[in-house]
Amino acid sequence: MAKTETMTINMGPQHPSTHGVLQLVLELDGEIVRKITPHIGFLHRGVEKLAEHRTYHQVLPLTDRLDYLAPMHNNLGYVLAVEKLLGIDEQIPERANAVRVMMAELTRIKSHLVWLATHALDIGAMTVFLYCFRERERIMDFYEKISGARMTSNYFRVGGLSRDLPDGIEREIRAFIDEMPGHVDTYEGLLSGNKIWQKRVMGIGVIGAKDAIDIGLTGPALRASGVDWDLRRDQSYCDYDKYDFQVITGKDGDTWTRYKCRLDEIRESCKIVRQVLDGLKPGPILADCPKVCLPPKKDVVNTIEGLIHHFKIITEGFKPEPGEVYVGVENPKGEVGYYLISDGSPHPYRMKIRPASFVNLQALPQMAEGAMIADVIAIIGTLDVVLGEIDR
Amino acid sequence: MSEHPAVAQLKGQFGDKVLKVEEFRGQTSVTVPKEEIVAVCTFLRDSCGYNFLTDLCGVDYLGRTPRFTVVYQLYNIGTHTRLRLKAEVEEADCRIDTVTGVWSTANWFERECWDLMGIAFVDHPDLRRILLPEDWSGHPLRKDYPVQGPDREPYQGRLS
Repeated sequence: MAKTETMTINMGPQHPSTHGVLQLVLELDGEIVRKITPHIGFLHRGVEKLAEHRTYHQVLPLTDRLDYLAPMHNNLGYVLAVEKLLGIDEQIPERANAVRVMMAELTRIKSHLVWLATHALDIGAMTVFLYCFRERERIMDFYEKISGARMTSNYFRVGGLSRDLPDGIEREIRAFIDEMPGHVDTYEGLLSGNKIWQKRVMGIGVIGAKDAIDIGLTGPALRASGVDWDLRRDQSYCDYDKYDFQVITGKDGDTWTRYKCRLDEIRESCKIVRQVLDGLKPGPILADCPKVCLPPKKDVVNTIEGLIHHFKIITEGFKPEPGEVYVGVENPKGEVGYYLISDGSPHPYRMKIRPASFVNLQALPQMAEGAMIADVIAIIGTLDVVLGEIDR
Repeated sequence: MSEHPAVAQLKGQFGDKVLKVEEFRGQTSVTVPKEEIVAVCTFLRDSCGYNFLTDLCGVDYLGRTPRFTVVYQLYNIGTHTRLRLKAEVEEADCRIDTVTGVWSTANWFERECWDLMGIAFVDHPDLRRILLPEDWSGHPLRKDYPVQGPDREPYQGRLS
């Protein structure tokens, strides 16, 4: 019998379906992938080191730039960790929490839309890409109106929000989430019944529940393997327990199930946003902690206390008492956690970010070795990795 | 005395080897000797239900002996509780046993810890740098590594 030698090829760092600067060294036996060696770090910016030299408020914009498809989720994890460190996590006003939840869920929809767009594009379904980006653009507009920026939002603050919602935005968001489930049906109409799509995703990249836990998968990738675990429900933060939503799980753990799970998550997110809008009441958006939260501008120019607090917070920052906390939130990609250590100074002594994509990407060799080379593309897509978060 | 159920179980199994139990903001940290780390992790996974390793990182306490601490964030998917496990590592013997045998997810975390903090993991299957280039010298997250990089003057602020 003829024996063939394996061939080693580079995929990336410049490759459209690696979703950023990810390099994979593939060892191929014909069309079959025998070994995958991922190389990451091309986007390493030393966020954790930088954070040690900034005040707690100044670290916040760095977190936008981790998972740049879901910036508000990164902000959320960070501000929750700092609030926990300060012990003010119970004092966050109701309105601030509600707006946080609403923005987090819109962000989830936005992130899932990019996932679906690029995943489908990689596999060859071009139309879906344009449809998804059309809807994503609407959320980008909300971002711009609410925070002033389309991607690097930097909207949440330790203690609440940086500013209140602009007038009339509730109506626009409500109109959007009313039609969003219909759009999801359209995407499904384009893909789910499509024989090519089915052949490309069904039974591809299968991972069982036990292996998924062992390798550390989180988020929809883990839930599609049948593990019923969602931090929004199981370690509720920002009053998520007030809202009625389902945690979507699958059982087959293949690319098809992950696709179905994420689409259903978009529908659930719409439900949560609608509940938030229904219950949204006027009220304060920052906790009453003058040593931590920046005072409103009118207090800064009109009162001496406001001026002093503003000056102290800007020039020096605040000093949490020595201690350490870990807080994780349910990012669209999985669990993103912040481990903060304070030594009593205005800077974090150490900040460790638990990135969801970093750990999920680690499962790639396990899921794709032995598969065909074209399936590697599908599996990278289904893992939904963002290199900004992996490399930090 | 800690309320955390796993602490009592750990004390029952390992006795004096549970060196320190700290509580802060309702979160529990347990410190164990680094020689016991694999045994403790295996026990927590198999007998206490801490089946998920959320995170692993190194912390540099420059000026303290022992200088480094390796921190493990564990999660129990059954009861949805967290536990933080710590092991201290000396600068002169900057090594600790790998827990990749307990959770495969530790593989990349330990590589990152080696890369950025310079703590070696004994018996790790593939201990290479992960984020920095292979020929990089030094470990940037150490406190004696300057933020602007080695051999460069620190930023002095604007001159005007």
